[in-house]
Amino acid sequence: MFKKSLWSFAFLALSMAGCTKKESSPTEGGSAQKGSSQEIVVGEFGSMTGPNATFGVSTHRGIELAFEEVNQKGGIQGKKLKLISLDDQGKPEEAAAVVSRLITQNNVVALLGEVASSNSLAAAPIAQRYKIPMISPSSTNPKVTEVGDYIFRVCFIDPFQGTVMAKFAHEHLKAKKVAILRDVKNDYSVGLADFFTEKFKALGGQIVADVSYVAGDSDFKAQLTQVRSTQPDAIFIPGYYTEVGLIARQVRELGIKATLLGGDGWDSSKLYEIGKDSINGSFFSNHYTTESTDASVKEFIDAYNKKYQEVPDGLAALGYDAARILISSLSRISGEITSTAIRDEVAKTKEFKGVTGVITINEKRDAIKSAVVVQVDGASNRYVTTVEP
Amino acid sequence: MQDFVQHLINGISLGSIYALIALGYTMVYGILQLINFAHADVYMVGAFAAYYVARFFGIDSSPGISTLILLLIVSMVSCSVLGLLIERFAYRPLRNSPRLNILITAIGVSFFLEYLGQIVFGPDPKVFPDVLVDANLFSWGQVQLRSFDVAIFCVVMITMLALNFLIYRTKVGKAMRAVSSNQQVAALMGVNVDRIIAVTFVIGSSLAGVGSVLVGMKYPKIDPLMGLLIGLKAFVAAVLGGIGNLMGAILGGIIMGLSEEMVVGYWASTYRDALAFGILILILIFRPAGLLGKSQIEKV
Repeated sequence: MFKKSLWSFAFLALSMAGCTKKESSPTEGGSAQKGSSQEIVVGEFGSMTGPNATFGVSTHRGIELAFEEVNQKGGIQGKKLKLISLDDQGKPEEAAAVVSRLITQNNVVALLGEVASSNSLAAAPIAQRYKIPMISPSSTNPKVTEVGDYIFRVCFIDPFQGTVMAKFAHEHLKAKKVAILRDVKNDYSVGLADFFTEKFKALGGQIVADVSYVAGDSDFKAQLTQVRSTQPDAIFIPGYYTEVGLIARQVRELGIKATLLGGDGWDSSKLYEIGKDSINGSFFSNHYTTESTDASVKEFIDAYNKKYQEVPDGLAALGYDAARILISSLSRISGEITSTAIRDEVAKTKEFKGVTGVITINEKRDAIKSAVVVQVDGASNRYVTTVEP
Repeated sequence: MQDFVQHLINGISLGSIYALIALGYTMVYGILQLINFAHADVYMVGAFAAYYVARFFGIDSSPGISTLILLLIVSMVSCSVLGLLIERFAYRPLRNSPRLNILITAIGVSFFLEYLGQIVFGPDPKVFPDVLVDANLFSWGQVQLRSFDVAIFCVVMITMLALNFLIYRTKVGKAMRAVSSNQQVAALMGVNVDRIIAVTFVIGSSLAGVGSVLVGMKYPKIDPLMGLLIGLKAFVAAVLGGIGNLMGAILGGIIMGLSEEMVVGYWASTYRDALAFGILILILIFRPAGLLGKSQIEKV
């Protein structure tokens, strides 16, 4: 009896600790007033810390670079752009909280974020309610932009991404039997797994196992032992890099030779650090490749490399593109800069030449663009093929 | 059949890790009747100590026996020091207060370490250094027995035998048992109670240190909240086996590991954590003293 009450106390205390945790903010400034004479205030929210910290940090750097470029050229309508970034620790409830804060306290005119679909889904209804346009750089779950007419994205969506990998497994790898390992609590992972299954079956392939895990687990051997007995040609793991790295290790530890496939959630330098040789030779779909010969991509990579001393990953590139689409929309506004005016201009984006491809925003406020498939090769990724929409 | 054998191996390997952490809970409980909630966070600090030392010496990617031994020592020493500090500054001043006060302090220390860890180490996960090369020792069809699994199981068994020897065959052990059964009388018999309790914390914490290196080796991703779930599960394992009983901790750990593995292997992974706490509830209802524990009548 005593122990039981102790546990409920422990959990209560735990949840309370979660509420009062401080928010760290890399570039937070004082509160700015909307329409203040010299600045246009834009809010960014992302996972600067937490299990998927490289997502937020990379995106933030991309955005920062784009803002710096426009401010050097004199800003928009003679006003400087000001970015306020808040950390949501990669948690949906935190994302909702920081977005409310950006809108009500910092009076931002537009929002950039988030990477993870679950977090974007938590924040989008708030942005929609206050009628503040929100551009997600890289949330690929279809539901995100369905929230309302103020929510946009500059990346492709999961039905497309799932299709790309299913086609790739079928045509390039000639795989007949594929097993799926999905993160059941993650909107992104579940969406991708479902669309992959649908397409792969339509192509005549067979899904031999569909097992699940929960983010934060570190032991996946039970699921993988189950997968092993079905002898798949490939395993599709639409998860985030921290778990994927561990999963890859355990796949090889169990002696499974199947090729590993994934989505853009793999895109992090930590993937190889955790997975080491086990992850080498695996394929995943991504938004862009650093091996591109396009001049504007090279320019972006050089500028990024100069500023941060690292090669930008796909999320940095998407952050950069999201910010640039916002900037180009702002520059098209002739009258007063209001949230509604920004929304209308973003919706008109057509054939915008970004570093992650040519972006057209369709009537569902999703971006229509191509995807690339890359292969993990040590700490870098090798370009394999491009798949058009 | 091959699947089942593989599940058995995986489960025992996972259970051994729970058992090792559970031993720490059980030791402290056996002596002080205190559930040391900070134990799992001491374990976390041990993992980070090993991580930083390995990076400092540049041996984070040179696996070998010497690396393993060095990191084990580093981790055990830093955990012991931390355990000693916690005992000295958080628990000793409360030695004569009601038992609830010291329990709440334990939870406080646990939170303190978790959130301090997020500030000091940063909340994003780090990659634990390569400690040993994981080779396949034995194959039977598809079934694989890896060196990590064997190493972890052996370490746990050796630790348990060593602890049994310490407690039942040495003078310190005798003193521990004396303190455990009655502190006042033990003090009257010339046992230095403070010293014995400090020794208990050192031993318990260094077990957490061993655990952290073994877990880091098997699942090379460490973060400041890594102790949270494994600590809860190890605690359940200790309660399941009968808290205060060394054999019970091992048995409880292995049962927990195996049942988790079987649930995920044959049912669904979403029930994994539900199972652990389901077991806790069942044990508290039907056998509050645990599988190997003896129910004692509280002396008034």
